[in-house]
Amino acid sequence: MLSLVIPIAFALVGLALALTLWRLLVGPSPADRILALDTLYVNTIALLVLLGIHLESALYFEAALLIALMGFVGTVALCKYLLRGDIIE
Amino acid sequence: MSLVWLVLTPFLGAALVAAVARLGRSHAAWAAGAVTLLALAWLLPLIPTAFAGSTVLQRVGWLPSAGVDLVFRLDGLGLLFALLILGIGLLVILYARYYLSPRDSMGRFYASLLLFMGAMLGVVLSENLIQLLVFWELTSLASFLLISYWQHRADARNGARMALAVTGAGGLALLAGFLLLGEMVGSYELSALLAAGDVIRAHPFYVPMLALVLLGAFTKSAQFPFHFWLPHAMAAPTPVSAYLHSATMVKAGVFLLARLFPALSGTPEWFWLVTGAGLATLLVGAFTALFKHDLKGLLAYSTISHLGLITALFGIGTPLAAVAGVFHIINHATFKAGLFMAAGIIDHECGTRDMRRINGLWRYMPHTATLAMVAAAAMAGVPLFNGFLSKEMFFAEAVGVSATLAWGWLLPVAVTAAGLFAVAYSLRFIHDVFFNGEPIDLPRTPHEPPRWMKVPVEILVVLCLLVGIFPAQTVEPLLSVAAAGVLQAPTPAHDLAIWHGFSPALWMSLIALVGGVLVYVGRRPLFDLYERRIEPHLDAKAIYEYLLGRLFAFARRLTGWLDTGSLPRLLGLFFLFALILGAAGLASDTVPLTGARALLPVDGISLLATLGLIAAALATVVLHRQRFTALILIGAVGLTVALIFIKFSAPDLALTQLSVEVVTIVLLLLALYFLPQESPAESGTPRRLGDGVLALAAGTGAGLLAWAVLTRPYQTIAGYFLDNSLTGGGGSNVVNVILVDFRGFDTLGEITVLALAGLGIYAMLEHLRLPGPARDPQGRPWDADRHPAIMASFTRLLLPLALLVSLFIFLRGHNLPGGGFIAGLITAVALIMQYLANGVAWTQVRLPGSNMHPLIAAGLAIATVTGLASFAFGHPFLTSTFGHVHWPLVGEFELASAMAFDLGVYLVVVGATLLILIHLGAMHTASHEAPSPTKGDN
Repeated sequence: MLSLVIPIAFALVGLALALTLWRLLVGPSPADRILALDTLYVNTIALLVLLGIHLESALYFEAALLIALMGFVGTVALCKYLLRGDIIE
Repeated sequence: MSLVWLVLTPFLGAALVAAVARLGRSHAAWAAGAVTLLALAWLLPLIPTAFAGSTVLQRVGWLPSAGVDLVFRLDGLGLLFALLILGIGLLVILYARYYLSPRDSMGRFYASLLLFMGAMLGVVLSENLIQLLVFWELTSLASFLLISYWQHRADARNGARMALAVTGAGGLALLAGFLLLGEMVGSYELSALLAAGDVIRAHPFYVPMLALVLLGAFTKSAQFPFHFWLPHAMAAPTPVSAYLHSATMVKAGVFLLARLFPALSGTPEWFWLVTGAGLATLLVGAFTALFKHDLKGLLAYSTISHLGLITALFGIGTPLAAVAGVFHIINHATFKAGLFMAAGIIDHECGTRDMRRINGLWRYMPHTATLAMVAAAAMAGVPLFNGFLSKEMFFAEAVGVSATLAWGWLLPVAVTAAGLFAVAYSLRFIHDVFFNGEPIDLPRTPHEPPRWMKVPVEILVVLCLLVGIFPAQTVEPLLSVAAAGVLQAPTPAHDLAIWHGFSPALWMSLIALVGGVLVYVGRRPLFDLYERRIEPHLDAKAIYEYLLGRLFAFARRLTGWLDTGSLPRLLGLFFLFALILGAAGLASDTVPLTGARALLPVDGISLLATLGLIAAALATVVLHRQRFTALILIGAVGLTVALIFIKFSAPDLALTQLSVEVVTIVLLLLALYFLPQESPAESGTPRRLGDGVLALAAGTGAGLLAWAVLTRPYQTIAGYFLDNSLTGGGGSNVVNVILVDFRGFDTLGEITVLALAGLGIYAMLEHLRLPGPARDPQGRPWDADRHPAIMASFTRLLLPLALLVSLFIFLRGHNLPGGGFIAGLITAVALIMQYLANGVAWTQVRLPGSNMHPLIAAGLAIATVTGLASFAFGHPFLTSTFGHVHWPLVGEFELASAMAFDLGVYLVVVGATLLILIHLGAMHTASHEAPSPTKGDN
């Protein structure tokens, strides 16, 4: 079952990555790009977890965990900048 | 070991004195005196050995692997100098206590003085030439601090700088000379060098080596034409002058001549260079001294002249001349220290040193006057005073050597003339200052100084008299053993008596005495001549400043030519040359670009990620003028780079990259708020095209290089670390073990730099308040909601989870990807998140101890103490140990001392990151309500 699902999942996540990247490059507004970057983080987490399942290794989990945490903070900071300019006030 | 401690004591004492000085002015003086006495106590047990004629050698392993040891040596010469340095040092410490005014910092003075004392002791007690040179340079540096002690005075600063420039340049020449000398003999140790005189003198490089060594000695001892720095060094406080210009600093040069005497002397080159420089200095100094109106100026030129006398004696090169040289070193140190101290008393009491105004002081301070007159008589070489004895030996040697030279009769004439001027200026010192009418317009009414200020002068003057009247009973043993140390052979027969019969030397002394009095009586026309004809044309300082000015101008031109201040130009040049060199290597080499290693298969996801990376990087370049957009794109680039790290099995690197990425975004956003949102186009299209081509070529070159390296089977050092990480460092995560164990010392340095960078940024931002823009880049007002409620509540919930992740990463770091650095960044980010969502005020109130300085200090302290702890177990710094404990529930758990070190790293990273980000955030005043972040933070 997994041998069938994993390639499909990789293809779908790859497609998602390509599309998010496209949105990141064309924008047009800063909000579009922030959202694209945040989605890129989410896709990357999916990719890493998938890779871990595929290779039967737990080594990728911490990276995924960290992307979840750091990506959130990065997005918060970028959005705060758009709203208030001064991000630490 | 006692010699090592003898040299170290003043250095350690300097720190002690600086600390003790806070308790009170006298405390510093007492502490400095105690330190000097302690140093003397180290010396005392060795004195009998040195007097027995044997040389004490003490060796401490320093860098055994490089064959470098700390070696100290005590023989007669070293003993004499150590006694002078410590003895006169003690008197100067006592004297300075009364000389310095309440406005002067006692701690700084005595600490610098002890530093200088330690450096001087190092010079005279070193066995190894390179070690001697290190101390030699330390004397230059310490004397710089002492001469510039009154930092508010321009003449003190300039004088100190000049002394440092001249003696420092001489030190460089000396280094070159020592290296040549070491190559000739095959050893840098004096024991070998002093026994290899014949090898050295026969060597083809003897003359260049001699010239370089003599440059070092002559600049230090203020020999003509390098003498000009010494009078300008008189801007120092008088105790400093009394110390530096009697027994120590300038004597280092003649010490070197004496030290290397057996190895270098005995050739015509030595004779002409050393005697020539000595005689020129003797004459110039003695002549100029007469015309100086400044009391200390007169003494300065007199010092120059006496140093010339000693140099000339060593230049003559006979054993008896060397004995006379050593004798004059002792005599000059005693009377000149006394004279400087007397001059300091007069300056102190009158408020001026101008001899045209200071007259008739006999009536105001008869006691001081008597002391000064005795010392001045010794300086003039009057019988029954110590200066007479060594000067007569000098005259006798001059007569002796003149018989062997063509035009030799000039020599006795010249030295008699110098003696004559010495009498004249000494007479001027006595007559102008203490008699010659009444004082003219003095700022203060002079009177006798405090009792203890005179005691050092009294001791020195008594010594002058004792040596002068009973030389054989007082100074003879020390002189004899010191001269034996100079010659490295038994001292030749010499007779230290006042009366030698009607020898030529006696007649020369008589001529000098009578002639000196006559010159002084008829000084008016001479003064006119000097002031009108000689002084305006002979100014070594002007030449020095001209040369220095030319040097600066040249350096400025060269720098201006290479560096126009344009970063694109510098980078362009750099890449251009790198490209040319790389292309040349690529073109000329017959080795193929692609190596033998098989290529790895490419999978679709990796290809996609790589294409994405290229696209995002290109987009960043294209859109870099829109700064905010470029920042988002850089975020994507950073994420993809982290993915590549993961793909190529570098999880630690990926975790670090991810954490650094978000900190970078926050940092740049904080700065971007105050900056224009778009960068202007600064260069035209052709320039941009050219730069683009260069950048593409450089990128291609780097890519090809990586390709060439990666396609080859390549032996790296990784194997060693992989093999030893678990057995040696107790951890299976090699990256972390390298950071905290194998390369722990590097990490300690790095976190220190990080801490300093944090503090530096704090210092720069502390009082900086910038106005932020009132509207956003599109001209709309900012959102009114500072901290949206959903976001605020949500991040509060996230905090414990984030801290748990941080703890998890920290604890597993030694064996699995993670560690203190990454954990520190995660904690910092978790806290920054609260600042972002909840604001500074809310977070500061709840964050215990929001002042980051103690945190950083604690981190550094923990890391350092962990390192030091290994000393306690007899291991080198930062040796780590580990053990396994069995905890209930958790199971087998490993404890490594490296973990404590990692904790230090963690704390520094958290502290420095937060310190920097929060203070950058606090620059904007308008949006902040009380309590302000700096209030809680200071």
